[in-house]
Order: sequence, then C-alpha cells, then structure tokens
Amino acid sequence: MESVSIVRAEDVSKAVGDLYREINTHLRPDVLEALNEALAREESESAREILAALLENQDISREDGIPLCQDTGLAVAFVSMGDQVVLEGGTLQEAVDEGVRNAVAEQPLRASTVTDPLERRNAGDNTPAIVHLEHVRGDRLVIRLMAKGGGAENMGRLCMLTPGEGREGVVRVVVETVRDAGANACPPVIVGVGLGGDFETAPLLAKSALFRDMGQRHPEPALAELEAEILAQVNALGIGPQGFGGRTTALAVLIEQAPCHIASLPVAVNLACHSHRHGSVTLKGEQKRLAD
Amino acid sequence: MSVRCGDRVLLSGVVFSARDAAHKRMVAALECGEPLPFDPAGQVIYYMGPSPAPPGRVIGAAGPTTSARMDVHAPALYEAGIKATIGKGPRSEAVRRAIVEHEALYLAAIGGAGALLSRCIKEAAVIAYAELGPEAVRRLVVENLPVIVVNDAHGDDLYEKARQGQAGARADEE
Repeated sequence: MESVSIVRAEDVSKAVGDLYREINTHLRPDVLEALNEALAREESESAREILAALLENQDISREDGIPLCQDTGLAVAFVSMGDQVVLEGGTLQEAVDEGVRNAVAEQPLRASTVTDPLERRNAGDNTPAIVHLEHVRGDRLVIRLMAKGGGAENMGRLCMLTPGEGREGVVRVVVETVRDAGANACPPVIVGVGLGGDFETAPLLAKSALFRDMGQRHPEPALAELEAEILAQVNALGIGPQGFGGRTTALAVLIEQAPCHIASLPVAVNLACHSHRHGSVTLKGEQKRLAD
Repeated sequence: MSVRCGDRVLLSGVVFSARDAAHKRMVAALECGEPLPFDPAGQVIYYMGPSPAPPGRVIGAAGPTTSARMDVHAPALYEAGIKATIGKGPRSEAVRRAIVEHEALYLAAIGGAGALLSRCIKEAAVIAYAELGPEAVRRLVVENLPVIVVNDAHGDDLYEKARQGQAGARADEE
C-alpha cells in the first residue's frame, strides 16, 4: 500500500448527524414512488385515504421541520471501511454516537433508547447507535444509516429451517411473518429477507437487504423471481394500508443471501414501516503517501 | 352509543397520552388504591410518545404507537372509567371484552403520520412521570384529530372485518 486515506472522526459525526436528521424528515424518492403507485392501484376508499395521508404527512414534515414519525428510530449504521482508510480522532462507535447525539438535540428527535432492557432508564440521546462494520478494499468510508422504529422491528422473525423445507418453507415463513405483523408494523411494509449464513448473519442479511433501492431488481434472476412471488402472496393477504384492507400490504420484498451449513436453512425477516427511513453517505479521506 | 365500528371520527377536546412505562405505573397505582395522574372517568387515552417540540411548536411528531403492548394493562383502565383509547393495531380478546362490558371504544389513528397528527394538537403539558421523557403522561388538547373506530360496544372489530374483506368504512363523520 502506497498511501492511506485519512478520515476524521468529526467528519463521520457530522455526516451521520446530517443523515439521521434528513432521513427522519424526508421520504426517499423510491418510497414516494412506491406510495404513489400504491395509491393509483388501490380501489378501497380507506386504503386510498391512508396512502394520501402518508404522502401529505411528508409535506407537513418538510414544512414544519417535524419528523415524519414520533418514533425517530434507533440509528442503525452499516459501515463499509476501505482497507486504505485510517480513522483519526476516535473510534467508529464514538464518531457515530456523537453524530446521533447531536441530531437528537438539534432536530429534535425522540429519545427512544433505554440503557437497560429490564430497568428501562431512558438514555436521553439515542446512544449507543447500532454499528456494523465491514472491511472492504478501497479508500472510502461508506455509511448506510437507517432510522428503525420499534413497531416494525418488533414484528421481525428468525427461523432455522431445515434444508428439506426449501424454497416453499422460505415463502411460508415470510408470508406468515407479514400476516402476523398485521397493522402493528405500519403497513404497507418493506420486507427484508436474509437467507442462509448462520443464526446471527441471517438477521443481518435481512436488515442489510432493506438498504436496496426498491426500484432495483435483485441481480440474481432466481432471487428476483422469489421476491416477486413473495410480494404477490403478501399482497394477496388483503391486510392493506394500516391493516384496514387493500391490495398494498407490502411495497417491496428485498432478499439477500449467503452461504450456509449443509444442515441449515436460516431465514430471517426484518420489516420496515411505510416511511422506510434510510440513506447513505460516502466519505473520501485525505490522501497521504506512506514514507518509503 | 351512536359511534360504530368503521366510523371515521374527527376528535376534539382533551385526551391524555400514555404508553408502556406510564401504563405500568398507572396500573400499579390502581392496584394500591392510589389515584391516577388524572381522573379517568369518561376520559380518552392516546397511546403516544411524542418527539420533542421544536421552537415555536406545541409538540413534535405525535402519531400512535402499537396498542397491543398496552393490552395487559388496558382492561383495568377501562374498568376505572376510561371511555376510549387511541392507538394502532389489533387488541386482545380481554381488551375487546372490556370494551363491550364498559360500553367503551378503541380508535385507531394513522401510524406513521406523526407530522400530520402533530398539527391537530393545540396544547400539550406533562402532568405526571416527567422523568420518563417521551413516556411521561401528557394532557393534550386536540382539534379534529382523525381516527377510525376499530372496536365498539357491540363487539365488532374493524381489523377482523378487513380480514374477511368487508372493511368498507362507514362514510358518516361527526
């Protein structure tokens, strides 16, 4: 390696803070498009009214500077760090937490983190953020950030299927998860599915899948077909927007897969609400040549 | 009662916000024979924990949270006189029985429409458990808060009707 790419922790904090605020007050273009398409497709009056209200909600959010939803989510960061990147001035966790803390105070966003699952004392600033790190080639630091609300997150599921249950078993698990989530997950939902890996990687794959732009088909034709099949079955459930009936129970099904054990077929389902708040930012550090 | 399952209603007046932690405390108070932070007779509870109010605003985003988490506590509060609760998502069999027994209501607001619903809130004041932050009990004055009747005193359930494909909401508003 001839050079390193120096990224400052304070730049990471600034980028995370700006992104956390942005995703909490603006719907993504792919979400807007999917909601508009759903509105055009729905015939039931209540489904149409709800979808129209969700679109109006984002206009009001922008106008009033108020978050789309009072549950401004836990901040979940998936970070890809290039092998030439050197982070200067703090750890990745510290840098992300600082950004989250600032965004919560400045927007303001809701304090939704308790420090202890049983004692349940509110941390007040949504830290610690959830941070996942992947080490890749290159000179960049890419941060994908999601504001994940509790309502949809609570309805997720992990099933350790056996290989014999196969594709049919996968479809069944996903459709049942969305059915059982019903109105609680704030439909129309986006369905993240993680296939393979092991007990902890399948849920990570499911959440990671949720970052894909909904307009993009899965590059593997077999998985693109599986996504379309599951989406059709989920929308045939008739749950509809907010659970009051309709054709749109989900806006998209997004799958990611990984190799797994010969004995296993892990399936994880992670649901996102209709506002599906996420985004990404790329930091290219300052290049510094290494001394010979 | 004139309001029925499927009716869309614009609610105006006082409601009290309370969610998980506040429910736990309120039901503990009832069990010890202690008073609640407000007189529950004929009142409405909104399952909601707002985001903080930005400068110049009464409250931040203020949409409903999942009602099912309050199911374990709700029958005692209906028993104590609560006339209606507002949230999102279906209720347990025990809550639905309490609603029939006490001729009460369960109403749904649009989950995730926090900015839109914020505009319907004209006053907000923390009246109890301030240390719970977003989970404190607030007295809210609402104007034309849009809700839909899910469970009524006749035992009807809008989510069940939707599952059976007959969820045509009644058009009349009040």
